Amino acid sequence: MIKRHPEPLLWMLFSAGGMLSGMLMPVLLLMFGIAFPLGWVAAPSYEAIAGLMGNPLTRLVMFSLCALSLFHWAHRFRHTLYDGLQIKHLNEVIAVVSYGAAVVGSGLAAYLLWQLG
Amino acid sequence: MSHPVNHGHVYTDYHPRWLRRRVSTYWWLEKPAYFAFILRELTCLPVAWFAIYLLLLIKALVDGPAAYAQFMAWSASPWMILVNVVSFVLLVFHAITFFVAAPQALVVHLGRTKVPGQLVLLGHYAAWIAASAAVVWLLVRA
Amino acid sequence: MADRIKLQVARYRPEQESEVTYDEFEVPCPKDWVVLDGLNHVKDRMDGTLAYRWSCRMGICGSCGMMVNGEPKLTCATFLSEYAPGPIRVEPLRNFPVIRDLIVDIGDFMRKLVTVKPWIVRDEERPLSAGEYRQTPQEMDEYKPYSMCINCMLCYSACPIYGLDPKFLGPAAIALAQRYNLDNRDQGSGERMEVLSEHEGIWGCTFVGECTKVCPKHVDPAGSIQRYKLTAALESMKSFFVPRGA
Repeated sequence: MIKRHPEPLLWMLFSAGGMLSGMLMPVLLLMFGIAFPLGWVAAPSYEAIAGLMGNPLTRLVMFSLCALSLFHWAHRFRHTLYDGLQIKHLNEVIAVVSYGAAVVGSGLAAYLLWQLG
Repeated sequence: MSHPVNHGHVYTDYHPRWLRRRVSTYWWLEKPAYFAFILRELTCLPVAWFAIYLLLLIKALVDGPAAYAQFMAWSASPWMILVNVVSFVLLVFHAITFFVAAPQALVVHLGRTKVPGQLVLLGHYAAWIAASAAVVWLLVRA
Repeated sequence: MADRIKLQVARYRPEQESEVTYDEFEVPCPKDWVVLDGLNHVKDRMDGTLAYRWSCRMGICGSCGMMVNGEPKLTCATFLSEYAPGPIRVEPLRNFPVIRDLIVDIGDFMRKLVTVKPWIVRDEERPLSAGEYRQTPQEMDEYKPYSMCINCMLCYSACPIYGLDPKFLGPAAIALAQRYNLDNRDQGSGERMEVLSEHEGIWGCTFVGECTKVCPKHVDPAGSIQRYKLTAALESMKSFFVPRGA
């Protein structure tokens, strides 16, 4: 009987988040964080971008990206604090705060994206 | 440097005290490879940052055209550009280190032959380029 | 090219002192001498009390692992001339308790190794009359690298996670478990999964990757662990959605 603990699930979320964020974040940050604000490329009009984001498929991808990326962060951050700084006595607190923040963020993402529809 | 710790062992003349060293809190500064590892792990911070940035963008879109314009203006401020440029570099580092790690976990078999790890890696890079191109196309034609 | 080189050797004499001291020895440095040759020279002609392990001196027994200038190495496979003009710091393998001088206790690993059942496990043994268990070269390639492990413990010394948490199962133990999990003659993956899936099993690993870098036999324990993470995670999902017995 394998003792049930959440590590396998958390690792899968971390992996999926790492893959999605690796694939999509660089280009999205390049566009929205650098190219558009600096005017290298003309930023899309509000109507255009709202239309694009309003698309159900886009919203699904955006939700997955935000939620999984936050879980990716939570898992990695928690392990780095544990291993890097040896904060072992706060292990449970850090885990709750990290994954909790990821859950809250995911909820927020779902709420906001729902409102775009 | 050494800190003998007794974990309940009975040390006698015939079983002398073993030396057990404690790992320093700064173990990750002792080798370049360890430092690179911690740096790789800390790329999770720009990942979280951009997730928040995206949520702020979506919130601005929900709030309307004025909020969207304000968000874009805010993004253009020097500090934000600096943060985002640094984050971009770290995100690329994250992507590359993650894709390089992927073939180790993802051992693919076609029938009975194992697909070489290099091919799996190339597949990731190809997908990365394709996804990026698709995103740019979607945003530019909008 | 200098014909002599200094070795700074860590000494730990528990009956005399409770800290490590360093003794310096100057040894000949011919082109073909390895660190082990230097240590043997010290023991034979300079200080017979120096204590260290060695055996085959050809990189197959796994006995002579030590830290050479801070890196875990097989001293029989590390040339003195590589470090010229020196000095070379020789210390006991990191992350293990030091018994004396350069000798460490690897009992922790030996106990952990047994728990992963590093042998062929069969649900049912075939009778001799049924002949051999056949295996194609491709089937052997699946696990062959992991079978090359000589239990030298360099990977445990390189692993920061093992240093921080001695309960961690560790690279070699997991690689050896995989050697049998991936062997098509073995039917014991289920039995090994319990130990491997523990919190201090594979899930303790954060893929630093140093173990693979220092392995003298190119076993790639880091790869074996990452591969098993996916296997174990998928198995975990399966058992969650499809309860046992269903």
